[in-house]
Amino acid sequence: MPDKDYVIEAKNLVKSYGKTEVLKGIDLQVERGTMLALLGPNGAGKTTTVRILSTLLSYDAGTATVEGYDVHQQADKVRGVIGLTGQSAAVDELLTGRENLIMMGRLYRLTQDSAKARAAELLEEFDLVKAADRPAKTYSGGMRRRLDLAVSLIATPPVIFLDEPTTGLDPRSRLSMWAIIKKLMETGTTILLTTQYLEEADQLADQIVVIDGGKVIAKGTSTELKSKVGNDRLELTFADGAVFKKALTALGKKVIDTNDKEYSATVMITDSNVDVRQVLDTLATDKLRVESMAIHKPTLDDVFLSLTGKQKDAEKEEEV
Amino acid sequence: MATELVFDKKPKWLRSLNDSLIMVKRSTTHIIRNTDQLLGAFFQPIMFLVLFSTVFGGAISKSLPPGISYLQFLMAGIIVQTVAFGSTTTAIAVSTDLQKGIVDRFRSLPMSNLAVLNGHVISDLFRNSISTTVMILTGLVIGFRSPAPLINWLYIAGILALFTLAFSWLAAIIGVIAKSTEAVQWLTFVIIFPLTFASSAFTPAEGFPHYLRIFAINQPISQIVEAVRALILGLPVGNHAWLAIIWSLGVIVVSMPIASILFRRKTSQ
Repeated sequence: MPDKDYVIEAKNLVKSYGKTEVLKGIDLQVERGTMLALLGPNGAGKTTTVRILSTLLSYDAGTATVEGYDVHQQADKVRGVIGLTGQSAAVDELLTGRENLIMMGRLYRLTQDSAKARAAELLEEFDLVKAADRPAKTYSGGMRRRLDLAVSLIATPPVIFLDEPTTGLDPRSRLSMWAIIKKLMETGTTILLTTQYLEEADQLADQIVVIDGGKVIAKGTSTELKSKVGNDRLELTFADGAVFKKALTALGKKVIDTNDKEYSATVMITDSNVDVRQVLDTLATDKLRVESMAIHKPTLDDVFLSLTGKQKDAEKEEEV
Repeated sequence: MATELVFDKKPKWLRSLNDSLIMVKRSTTHIIRNTDQLLGAFFQPIMFLVLFSTVFGGAISKSLPPGISYLQFLMAGIIVQTVAFGSTTTAIAVSTDLQKGIVDRFRSLPMSNLAVLNGHVISDLFRNSISTTVMILTGLVIGFRSPAPLINWLYIAGILALFTLAFSWLAAIIGVIAKSTEAVQWLTFVIIFPLTFASSAFTPAEGFPHYLRIFAINQPISQIVEAVRALILGLPVGNHAWLAIIWSLGVIVVSMPIASILFRRKTSQ
């Protein structure tokens, strides 16, 4: 333990609002230069945790430090080394993108010249040059999130909190946000990200902590978690009983589940591209026609299902 | 990340002051960019002045001291009323900041928290000076003339500035407490409307029923109106100016810490 360099550390964090216990003892550590994803459904306590670690919120018990500073006792020191972005922070809508950046830079104690230069650099980097001198209220959702993130990077703080940075974004904006976050990770910034999307945590984070109902229910790398949850599954449906039977024989042991009434079979796959092709090749050799197929990815719901045994919403399906 | 970052190394009190200045600049930019509100700050005083002077002028001028027209009497009342109602904007600005989460962003920065409130309150001076100037110019157009020397106008500016700060801090409290913009509007209305109308702003208080009159002539708005009115008309000010200043300072001394404490408490939940 002492040989590891933890930048963010929370031990047994407890927080209640009146009688409602929102956090029931959260533990987490983020090593320098890595990203930890805090994964959980709405109301799990993700934002509460981030708000405590970023000094916005007091807590009832436990300890929390950032860069060795106590978030409660040394809040000012903590504020000097963190950037916060996402649903618990915002930009000024009546100011332009550039004005937002310069203002926040000045509040981070940058000199006027330095804030200006850095703002210009970030606008370039975040593809906001054209919109730089328009009020932020005219920005699209994706642009606003990019500005929001840029604002928290204005003084290049070594620690960044990203509170659900892609919630509500369309797929394209989400991808561009991911690209930006990946670039940020290359600079050695320590990041705590919260998300509802397993895929997002999977794509970006070094370590994942799954929380539900204010408690940590699992932690590990995405591979470790997935192995607990299970792999992707391919569901194949055939036109009639004859084809169905032949297909079952052809696929053999790969089939993990069947539905005789709908003539469908489920196959476990580990690497979508390779395995799906293999399955289809096998069927094609025997001239067996597949009526329809669907890939089921393990979702957050599956994580909860396997970790807590309680059923969440219906499975997310990805039609192929 | 090519740019070398240069940080200010000022002492702490100077940085806090700087934070407030940055926030004043922000709130002032809001006032300029918020076109609808700016138009309100422009036209509302014109409408009040023109309508009141024409509608009530005939009836009320009979109870005024000889030689004073209703327009001359009204000017001070309308100016003070506009400043008082203008503080609603501060309350809305504070409330909007709290609702939109930008305050959270500010609080995650190594800045002085109260700079946000300072910014909204102080930038009110800017908006009120626009409104007041517009009103005096309109007055001049429709026949208002003041016999007072220039120095009186400096006193007036000073009293109004103090009064603006007092009401803006009061409004800041409402902005922090209220849960929505609508709540801000009715709360400020409930407080400011009776204070301005049960005063000597629009009519001499002599005609009021007994108890209302005692309240009206002693309450802060009347003191400020009387002080400004005497200064405009070049009449002896009496105790009104001192009382106006004491009232304003008193309101500031009480509401500033209350607003600050409530703001801190509300934002750390």
